[in-house]
Amino acid sequence: MIEQLIIKTDASLTSEEMREIDAELAHMPQKSGAAIDALKIVQRHRGWVSDEALVAIAHYLDMSPEALEGVATFYNLIYRQPVGEKVILYCDSVSCWIRGCDGVKQKISEKLGVDYGETTTDNKYTLIPVPCLGACDKAPVMMVGDDLHTNLDNEKIDQIFLNKTGSNKIGSNKTGEGGDL
Amino acid sequence: MDNSSTAIPVNEKVLTKNIGPDLVPTDMAAYEANGGYRALHKVMSGMSPNDCLEVIKASNLRGRGGAGFPTGMKWSFVPMGEKCSPGHKYLVCNADEMEPGTFKDRLLMECDPHQLIEGMILAAYTIEADRSYIFIRGEYVVAIERLEQALADCYKKGYLGKNILGSGYDLEMHVHTSAGRYICGEETALINALEGKRANPRAKPPFPQVSGLWGRPTIVNNVETLCNISHIIDKGPEWFQSLGLGEDSGTKMYGASGYVKNPGCWELPIGTPVREILEEHAGGMVEGRKFKGFLPGGGSTDFLVEEHLDLPMDYGSIGAAGSRMGTGTMIILDDKTCPVGMVLNLIRFFAHESCGFCTPCREGLPWTRQVLEDIEAGRGRKEDLETLVHQVKYIGAMGNTHCALAPGAMEPLQSALKYFQSDFEAHVEQGCCPYTPDMKAQDISAEGEQD
Ligand SMILES: Cc1cc2nc3c(=O)[nH]c(=O)nc-3n(C[C@H](O)[C@H](O)[C@H](O)COP(=O)(O)O)c2cc1C
Ligand code: SF4
Ligand code: FES
Repeated sequence: MIEQLIIKTDASLTSEEMREIDAELAHMPQKSGAAIDALKIVQRHRGWVSDEALVAIAHYLDMSPEALEGVATFYNLIYRQPVGEKVILYCDSVSCWIRGCDGVKQKISEKLGVDYGETTTDNKYTLIPVPCLGACDKAPVMMVGDDLHTNLDNEKIDQIFLNKTGSNKIGSNKTGEGGDL
Repeated sequence: MDNSSTAIPVNEKVLTKNIGPDLVPTDMAAYEANGGYRALHKVMSGMSPNDCLEVIKASNLRGRGGAGFPTGMKWSFVPMGEKCSPGHKYLVCNADEMEPGTFKDRLLMECDPHQLIEGMILAAYTIEADRSYIFIRGEYVVAIERLEQALADCYKKGYLGKNILGSGYDLEMHVHTSAGRYICGEETALINALEGKRANPRAKPPFPQVSGLWGRPTIVNNVETLCNISHIIDKGPEWFQSLGLGEDSGTKMYGASGYVKNPGCWELPIGTPVREILEEHAGGMVEGRKFKGFLPGGGSTDFLVEEHLDLPMDYGSIGAAGSRMGTGTMIILDDKTCPVGMVLNLIRFFAHESCGFCTPCREGLPWTRQVLEDIEAGRGRKEDLETLVHQVKYIGAMGNTHCALAPGAMEPLQSALKYFQSDFEAHVEQGCCPYTPDMKAQDISAEGEQD
């Protein structure tokens, strides 16, 4: 499948992306050392890493697409499927669990109409569980985009997500792994 | 006021001396005004790498990343001078901090980034490294931004780059943001991640000190460990030893989460009794909840209970009680929280984060999760408890797996079976979770399916 992609792809990297990847390469003795950085750079620009983008990055780093694919799928924060404008990283680890994160998660799901691994119909949010966010003294917590929200309860959820939306299930594409994409 | 003659122990703030209650980050000017980079100047104007190593060895500093390995000894394994083949050497700061219940390194990096950087420059100098990385989890966006800023300021001031302070010593430092996976915190997995690979742990030996990043000598140290370095160089090993209450030296970032009145993170003398941390700093339990047990230092440490409250929080005492001080950030279990549910939450995490390299971990942890899910949902049978004991023995044994993730995963389970056995039995006998009797079995399985 990747073989075919090489033929049909012309999703080359933008000059901005290449410039940022080059900056990382400057710190690496080998090009492949910047694999994760490059994936993250492209993801920051495009929201996620498509097959075409993956092949383009692999070429740029002199890696095989298969090797880069193996790297990309290993990490929780590399999205291989489209995500909403903002990703909600919801902590489901132990301290947040003790302080009731399951109940608050239910509230989010009701409010936004999404479960883990799903994106809202308006394409604003994708909900993903994340291990301990290192803010356990303010549990439960989550990140929405780059913003950390702490001491969550149902009222806070109402304030953070003012508009109720419907769900847009990723459905058959959903991976089996903790809702990771 | 002159305090010098009083016998009251001075609770000296070292790592957090620049961190006020408002958590305003310390910039270069504020850091230097409060003694920052004094140690760097001292070293660059006349201490050799070996002088620095001797100071750190004598200080008895032990690694704050969880295992408590003596830092000076670790550094002493790095081949030095003529004995080292030509090429780069690396110093890496482990800022992955994904151990459930751990929240100390975030604070140190967000509020005082220069303290970490100064410690790293000194550590790198000691092992003659010319390259250094801060390997930080991607979710720590605020810390990343502040560290980048602080690094830029250091390059401008000549604290990093070529010929640091005219000493002839060169050092590059770079922030590498991770893409999220708990196993990246294991130091050899971290090295693979830094090389842009999947983060499977490597076989040891060779140890990273000899052959690490790109096959070159590499030291990996925790954030809190490195934050201590400048202070030890500045004030000396005797001073550092005098800070600890027991046999360990220095201060420690302790924390408490769960249903305590005032969850948080505090710098205290290492060896402060557990009870003092819980009662005086965490404010005791929330109204209506009673203390039942605690994990001393993150999700991969064994439960301790009431009888252990008067132990000093140090490596030796907590170890002798059958647990580990780990990261020193305690997770408190109360009488209204189900211990089986808590262990299930942890095992789900570990099963999900297994790198999949070895069978006991890849296959065993999901199996353990399944058994615990059944018990928690009221579908458990008496034999299941024996199965758990078997799993603890098989998955938990050091040597059966390639790294410490799997044995770590078994620590809360094995100790829960010991201290909260009646809770496990009650689930089986009553056919439901006694803490949430109305929670239906399908709710619990539905949750499990996400994993
Ligand atoms: C599964 C696993 C995860 C780990 N995660 C971390 C971590 O997030 N941060 C850390 O400093 N050490 C972590 N460690 C410990 C490191 O392997 C290593 O011992 C530590 O970074 C050494 O630093 P120190 O000597 O300064 O304590 C982890 C170990 C294991 C087995
Ligand atoms: S114990 Fe688990 S995490 Fe460690 S190497 Fe084996 S499979 Fe990977
Ligand atoms: S357990 Fe949720 S932030 Fe640590």
